[in-house]
Formats: sequence, C-alpha cells, structure tokens
Amino acid sequence: MHRLAAVAVSALLVSAPAQAEIKLGFITALSGPAAALGIPYANGMKAARKYKAKIGNETVTLIQLDDGSDPAATTRNARKLVEEEKVDILIGTATAPGTIAMATIANELGVPMIAVSPIKIETADPAKQWTIAVPQPPMLMAKVVADRMKRDKVHNVGYIGFSDAWGDLVYAGGKAAEARGDIKLLTNERYARTDTSVTAQILRILATKPDGVLIGGSSTQAALPLLALADRGFKGHNYGLASLINPDFVRVGGKAAEGVQVSAGPVIVSEQLPDGHFSKKLSADFRAAYKEVNGSESRDGFSAYSFDAYLIFAGAAERALGKAKPGTLEFRKALRDEMLNTKELAGVHAVYNFKPGQGYGVDDRSLVIVKLKDGKWIYAP
Amino acid sequence: MTFDIAAILAVDGIASGAIYALVAIGTVLLFSVTRVMFVPFGDLAAFTALTLAALDDGKTPGTVNLVIALAVLAFAMEALALVRAGKMKMLPRAALFYLVIPIAVALAVRLLAPATPPLPVRLIMALALIVPVAPLLDRIVFRPVADAPVLVLLIIAVALHFALVGLGLLFFGPEGVRTQPLTSWSTEILGAMVSGQTVCIVIAAVALSALLYVGFEFTLTGKALRATSSNRTGARLMGVRPARAGTIAYVLSSILAGVSGLLIAPVNTIFYDSGFLIGLKAFVGAIIGGLHSYPGAAIGAVIVGLLESFASFASSSLKDVIVFSVLVPILVWRSLVSVHIEEEDEE
Repeated sequence: MHRLAAVAVSALLVSAPAQAEIKLGFITALSGPAAALGIPYANGMKAARKYKAKIGNETVTLIQLDDGSDPAATTRNARKLVEEEKVDILIGTATAPGTIAMATIANELGVPMIAVSPIKIETADPAKQWTIAVPQPPMLMAKVVADRMKRDKVHNVGYIGFSDAWGDLVYAGGKAAEARGDIKLLTNERYARTDTSVTAQILRILATKPDGVLIGGSSTQAALPLLALADRGFKGHNYGLASLINPDFVRVGGKAAEGVQVSAGPVIVSEQLPDGHFSKKLSADFRAAYKEVNGSESRDGFSAYSFDAYLIFAGAAERALGKAKPGTLEFRKALRDEMLNTKELAGVHAVYNFKPGQGYGVDDRSLVIVKLKDGKWIYAP
Repeated sequence: MTFDIAAILAVDGIASGAIYALVAIGTVLLFSVTRVMFVPFGDLAAFTALTLAALDDGKTPGTVNLVIALAVLAFAMEALALVRAGKMKMLPRAALFYLVIPIAVALAVRLLAPATPPLPVRLIMALALIVPVAPLLDRIVFRPVADAPVLVLLIIAVALHFALVGLGLLFFGPEGVRTQPLTSWSTEILGAMVSGQTVCIVIAAVALSALLYVGFEFTLTGKALRATSSNRTGARLMGVRPARAGTIAYVLSSILAGVSGLLIAPVNTIFYDSGFLIGLKAFVGAIIGGLHSYPGAAIGAVIVGLLESFASFASSSLKDVIVFSVLVPILVWRSLVSVHIEEEDEE
C-alpha cells in the first residue's frame, strides 16, 4: 500500500532509547474521492502533535497511512498497523465505509480505536467495545436545528436532500423532531449531486406553503435547492446541517444562500464565542498550532475532529500509563478502559463524556447555530 | 398539477433538453463519421464550464496544461508514424496542426487569463481551449485503431472517459463551479418566467442544428462527411480521406460540446464528473433519433429533458429510473426497425 506520509519519529526518541514509546496508527484518505476530507484530517493530526508532543514522559510515534478512499485498503492498512507495527491505538478515516471496516479490525484484534467519521458503533456487548467516535451524530445535528426552528416559530418545514445515505440520515433526524412535536415535515424531495435542475422538486415544496426548508445536501451542491428557492421568490427560513459549511457552498450560493442557519461545531466560529466558552481558548491554540505546521489557516471542521481525537487519546493514555507499559496487551486494554472513562474533556468541537456501551460522547454543547451573513458564518446563539 | 406548474416544468425541461440536444447532435455526428461512440463527450462540456469558471476568477485553467500535454503526445505519435512511412515532407504540416496551433492557443489563454478580459473574450477563450482536445484525443487514442470493430472503439471510449474524469479531478479539483449568467434579462411566457439564459440555450441549439443541417446538405465538405458516414470504403475510392473527415467531425463536435458547456455553466453547478450524466441523457436522445438523424436526435433530447422535468415533479427519487426506463421500449422498437434496414442493405 502507499505509504505517502512516512513514519514520523521524534528526535527525542533517538536520544532516549531506554524509554517506551506509544505508537499511534492513523489512517486517512490522502488520495481518491474522499481526499477533500482526508487531507484536512491529516493536517489536524499534525497540529495536534504540535500542540501536545509528549504524553506523560512518553513520546508518541505517529504512523500515518493513506487508504486512497478505498475501504479494502483501509482494512489492509489497519491490519498491517496492528500486526506489523504493533500500534497501541488506531485513529481514522475519512470515509464512513472505511471507518466501519477499520472498527471491525479494531474489535477483532483488540485495539482501541477512535473514529473521526460518523458511524454506527456496535455496543451490544460492552466487553467487546473497542471503538468510540468523535463527530456529532447527524441525529443530534438535526435535533439542534429543529430546536432552532421551534424558536423561530417555523412549524411547517419542507425537506429536500441528496438521494443517498446522507439525505436519509437528515430526513430521519427531521422525522425524529416531528415525533417530538417540534416541527412538521411536509415533503421528502430528493436530488442527486450531478442533477442539472431541482425546479420540479422546489415547485412541489412551495405548493405545500412551508414556513421553512431543511436542506439535506452537502458542500457545493447543497446550494442548488437554495438557488432554485430564491428563483421562485421563497421568503421563508432555510436550514441545514454542518455539511453545508464549505467555502465553495458560499461562493456558488451567493445571495441565495444568505441567511441560511446550520448547526455546527463551535470551532467553526470560535473567535465569536463568548469568553469562557470551553472551545474559545483551545480553538485559538489549535489554530495557532495548525498554522505553524501547515502554513495555512484552518477553516474546516474536519481537521478539528482529528485534533479532538488526539486529545481524547492523550487524556486516556496519560491515565493508562500508570497501569501498564505501552506496546503490551495490558496497555491496550487499560487505554480502552480509560478512553471509555473520559469525563468532561473539553475539545474544540465538544465536551466529551464516554462510558462503556456508548459509541458517542457529545451532547448539546457540541453544536451551535451559525448563520450565513454577507458570505461569512456568524455565531447566532 | 396546475397549468402554471406544468408551464414552469415545460420551460425547465426544454432548457435542459436543448443542452442535451447539442451534445446528442455531436454524438450522432461523431458516431456516423468515425463509428466511435464518444462517451467522454459530456466530459468535454463539463471541462468547458470549469475552464470558463477558472477564467472568470482570473486563474489559469487546468485545460491549458491538458492541451499542451496532449499536443506534444499527438505530435510525437504523428511524427513517428510519418518517419516510419518515409513521409518526411509531411512533418512541418503535422507540426503546425498538432503542435503549433494547439500550444499557441494554450499559451495565449495563459497570458491573457490573469488580466480577466471581458466576458465575450472569456467565452471565446474557453471555447478555443476545448476545441483542440477532441481532435488531439482522436489522433492519440482512436486513429491507431480506426478500423477496429464498433465494440472495441466503444470500450476504448469508456476507458477514455474514466481517464478524463481522473484528469478533471487533478486539474479542476473536487469542488463544483457556477458562472455568472450571460444575461439578467427575463420574460414571461404563458405565466412562466423564462430567463434570458434559457432563451440563449434554445436559440443556440436551434441555430447550431440548422447550421449543421445546411452544412451537411449544401457544402462539399459536408457531403464528404456524409459519404464517409454512409460508406467508408466507397468514400475513399471517391477521393475522400476518412482520417481528415474524422478530424473535421471531431472539431465540429468539440464546438458543440464547448457551446453546451458554456450554456450550462450558469444554470447548474458543474463538477469535474458532471459530464457523464449529461452525455448519458444526450445518448438516450440520440438513440431515440436512431443514432443517424440530426433532427431525430435533437427532438429525442428535448423529449428526455421534458420527461426528466416532469418525472422529478412526480417522484424526485425515481427520476433517473423513469428517464432510463424509457430507453427500453425505444431500444426494442429501434432494433425491430434497424433489422429491416440491414436486410435491405444486404440485398
């Protein structure tokens, strides 16, 4: 397999060979269709290592592999990292199918893993749970948006989303809010990323006279329904999830996208957060570290997921070091137990609380509503 | 469905149908002259849109490097073939067409791009940059196997499509683009708002179809192309060079692909891989026309556009299923009809 970013070994390790090292196996997509997410994930990991190079007295050796956005390659890489490199923990990857494949390997070989993509985590038998996930689950994102709709007194909501798994997830989130009585979903219109027009779908939505429209698309092409709505003179509120946050969405959407409200991790608008918010100071540190190692500004949420994954790992490893020596089965077990024992750990996206039997550790604090105003995302508490 | 909604859907369908029509006519033109089912046709349209978007931003489009690379490769192959055949005298001419002209166009665009010239100039630049791509690809990929069976040519075209999509991702990146509309004028027809852009698209489709019709019926080159398409060997005996006819067909259809790319760029977000679906729907239109009739292909493409528009209103998640299902009865009908023609040919 490609080994684009080679093994990074700290100079400290060379000078102090007597010490044990903690080996971190990181898989991401540096090539292939998911590279647009995979590269930010890799940049975030670099920033995290700059921010916290040592855990206790131990150095962290990062072994990063590229899976080319291919789940089969993720499987091979994960197996190789565990069996040949003897890593203590796995973190990855950019695609959901790849992450699921990786979690299967982690559970099979008994290695703790932190998923940076939103996947369903198998928690039927807590003794066999080796994986936790960092991102906010789509259901929670939809719940926070539905809460905002309720506050805006938007009750009748039209829905249009991608004709794929993401479109289904957002629709399911909307339906869950409907079951709670917060909103009422009037339509379930779908479109494909390569479609040339959504006029027909928008006509159907407008025929139901909605107060607002929920968009279940992502990045650039999420702007298509907004443009069609603006063409038809729709004056209601528009809502979306964090998948809309992308510079190209703003560029393509232009005026039609103005005023759209989405739920996103607080790191997106960290500068605008009130003083004392858990994410404000940490995000500033993250941004500084990111700029120093990558030479550019971080404006995406993905690099922040790998940063948070590293913080969760570092916190758990610090506690696990007291129990066992890195590189052993006992250490991996201790690391897993400590990972599932994470309490009130502040990251840039969320305050994390994990416990056995739960794959996700975020709550309502992990999402804020941001509004697009004059081409910029503005914190809208 | 009220009358208003039907009118809006019809306008929307005709606008997409007109774009499919341009691509469908190009597909028929290429298929009849060269027997190549040119699958990457839609990709060329998408590349034109992406090129125009890059020019709008004052950036050098990725197509510049693509054209230079293709020109060098095509000239190398042509030069090798000429040297082997001992036709050294032909070299300067080959260098002019395969190397100098495409590279001059690419360099001119590269020099002009940072200055962001006015919109009409940018449109011409984008078109000038995309026109050499198909003829150069023809020289590199299809000329060496020009006499292969139709199926082999089709498989090569499919492979070429995948190669171009990969190059598109490399040159243009994963994000989509949308350019400024050519005009902000709009009017109301039968209670439906019709934008100036839609009018432009329909006019361009009608004008280009008419031009092609006139060109094929009344000019010598057009007649030579038609001769090549109906019988390659026979045309050769009459002094028509199939290779030259092929090049002309590629240039003409490149222009069609380029124009449809320029027209679609402001109405929809175009990605590096958007071309395939456009090409596929145009193909359905071309099949309705039987892959040999230009008016048939144009009408077929408009039918596909209308069908798509009404199908998305009826059930948006099953839209493509409806559009492509229509192909099945048409193929059955066409195969019944075309067997009859082949029998006549054999007599």
